[in-house]
Amino acid sequence: MTTRVWLGTLFVIGAVSSALIVGETTVSRQARLDRTTVIYWEKWTGDEGEQMRKVVTAFNNSQDKIFVQYLSISGVDQKTMLAVAGGNPPDIAGIWVDQVCQFSDANALTDLNALAKQNGLDEKYYIKGYWDALNYRGGLWALPSTPASIALHVRSDLVPKEYATRETFPKTLEGLDELSKKITTRNTDGSIKMAGFMPSNPGWWNWAWPNYFGGQLIDGDKITVNTPEAIRAFEWIASYAKTLGSKEMQSFQSGFGNFSSPQDPFMTGKVATEMNGVWKASYMKVNKSNAPWFAVPFPYPADRPDLEGHSNLSQDILAIPRGAKHVKEAFEFIKFVQRQDVMEGLCKSHGKNSPLAKVSEEFFATHPNHDIRLFDQLARSPKAFSSPSIGIYNQISAELTVAFQQVNSNQKSPKQALDDAQERLDKLWTTYKAQVLN
Amino acid sequence: MNSKRDARIGVLFALPWIFGFLIFLLYPILASLFYSFTNYSVLRQPKWVGISNYQELASDQVFHQTLANTLYYVVGAVPLGSVIAIGLAMLLNTKVKGMALYRTLFYLPSLVPMVALGTLFLWVFNGDYGLLNNALRGLGFSPPNWLGEPSWSKWTLILISTWGSGQAMVIYLAALQDVPVSLYEAAELDGAKLWQKTKNVTLPMISPVILFNVLMGIIGSLQVFAVPYVMFPDGSPARSTYFFSSYLYDNAFRFQRMGYASAIGWVMFVITLVLTLIALKVSERHVHYDRS
Repeated sequence: MTTRVWLGTLFVIGAVSSALIVGETTVSRQARLDRTTVIYWEKWTGDEGEQMRKVVTAFNNSQDKIFVQYLSISGVDQKTMLAVAGGNPPDIAGIWVDQVCQFSDANALTDLNALAKQNGLDEKYYIKGYWDALNYRGGLWALPSTPASIALHVRSDLVPKEYATRETFPKTLEGLDELSKKITTRNTDGSIKMAGFMPSNPGWWNWAWPNYFGGQLIDGDKITVNTPEAIRAFEWIASYAKTLGSKEMQSFQSGFGNFSSPQDPFMTGKVATEMNGVWKASYMKVNKSNAPWFAVPFPYPADRPDLEGHSNLSQDILAIPRGAKHVKEAFEFIKFVQRQDVMEGLCKSHGKNSPLAKVSEEFFATHPNHDIRLFDQLARSPKAFSSPSIGIYNQISAELTVAFQQVNSNQKSPKQALDDAQERLDKLWTTYKAQVLN
Repeated sequence: MNSKRDARIGVLFALPWIFGFLIFLLYPILASLFYSFTNYSVLRQPKWVGISNYQELASDQVFHQTLANTLYYVVGAVPLGSVIAIGLAMLLNTKVKGMALYRTLFYLPSLVPMVALGTLFLWVFNGDYGLLNNALRGLGFSPPNWLGEPSWSKWTLILISTWGSGQAMVIYLAALQDVPVSLYEAAELDGAKLWQKTKNVTLPMISPVILFNVLMGIIGSLQVFAVPYVMFPDGSPARSTYFFSSYLYDNAFRFQRMGYASAIGWVMFVITLVLTLIALKVSERHVHYDRS
């Protein structure tokens, strides 16, 4: 009898605990019982996260039917994918634009075409480069939260006066190379003291170098990473490893602080020029850097003047995962973010340009980045390009990063490194087509 | 009657563990074996592809590189870790004042979480202003760029692995304290010096423990993941720190190739099993179990 009582007690405790655990999940997710709760997972933390939280609060206060619950999640892309697989995804996921194709191929996102059309959000509403990157295989898979364009940032106090304005700074790569050689300084032991330019800093867009020389990473149904333009780009990278010294460059770069800290090499003056995004100005302000700087479009090869005004674009995006429980309500919030005043406020607070075709004069006048008009122009440039629209972008990026490192450390010749990358990507693409697309 | 009832109650109390084992261990193991023969991207139904994942692995150069990197790491980290752990255990087995404090101090580093360890050593091994290179420069050496040069990056990780030697050290220490003093006394009567006592008494007597720690070391090193992932997230420079587990993780969670990742996992299991069997076979002539 005693045993039965014990077992009965154990069973009751187990049952009650299970009910509490299951119930807790349900209750905590339904934060506001009087409204439909939309769960929004976003990658941002810190100040960027707080700025988005303000937008969420403004939306929640603007109406009384939907309550958006903002959750800052690390590894948001992978967690969203697994949550979709588990059948319990968030209603909105703040991921990156270069994941659109992979997520779409995996059937992880909701097509927003119909909802966007109903609400007047079409290609005319957005800058073409940003809009195109959101569309893939006939579907519209997300809408932007904040976008970016990339330019060469120049420390005007570290380049000779005759080059220290946007108008007089070299327009071609040959000019940049010449200037870089001229202003690079070394310590008495031969180590680098200040570099004019380094392709490996910050090293975030290794996939983009072929495009800056006129190449394309995809040609129809083929991946093309070892084109003559790509080889030329990597030969240019190798020329920096040769001029600066591969080991000296690696050692010098290992002393760079984090880009979001006051030890950032551009802020501390370890590099005089740096390829970076529109957000750079905000990081300089946050870290109280008074260094004088200006931005110019990244230089083009002298024999390819048609490439003038090129820039790679990127975007943070808002997507609705497949299986989301409140699609219409989630889209209401996404639509709110697309409002010109809301979008401009968010982009300004993140130090970014706007993805919208129409931008107010006030946005430019009050933006924290004094060169915001340039970044806006670059985003609208017909030479602007985004990451390749292909489901194996991650692998392409990884392979080109490895090729970059091999060339930068003199392990392989540019042609060999890119041929190896091409061979591997061909196999991966064939497998992907057979296993995922068919 | 009582024994039957006791057995029932015993099983009942073990049920949580049995359920846990079945659901969280056995099922995933069997499922991953099945998935390794399929194309599975998590969000779509798995498609049976036979042995094609294994065939792809056979010609996958990146997989071969991760295999070579991992074996290099095992060959470097396991012997080095064992020598350091045994050496420390022998030092901490001597009769010195304050030994309890020393034992604690030498064990403490192994409690540092992996992510913190990786972050910490990013600063220690920084080529430009790291603590280690500053010290080496002070001694007149021209130190390498530990984190940036492919020829040094794996050795950086091998050296870092010794930070966790405290775990093995404690086990060796327990084994050393179990060696009968009479054997040392007999050896001393025969005129044995320190090295001869170590070689002919200590090491044979703790050989089962050495075998255990080496096996655990091999298994753990084959699964190395956290520290390289924190210090070299993309296996840089030029995939020189790209290991088995990192490649498995990338295929599973970055590239959504769960079937291929499962195949990598099973190859990893087979290699671990083979290395363990080899170690057991080789040890047969060197490990002494009989203490009578």
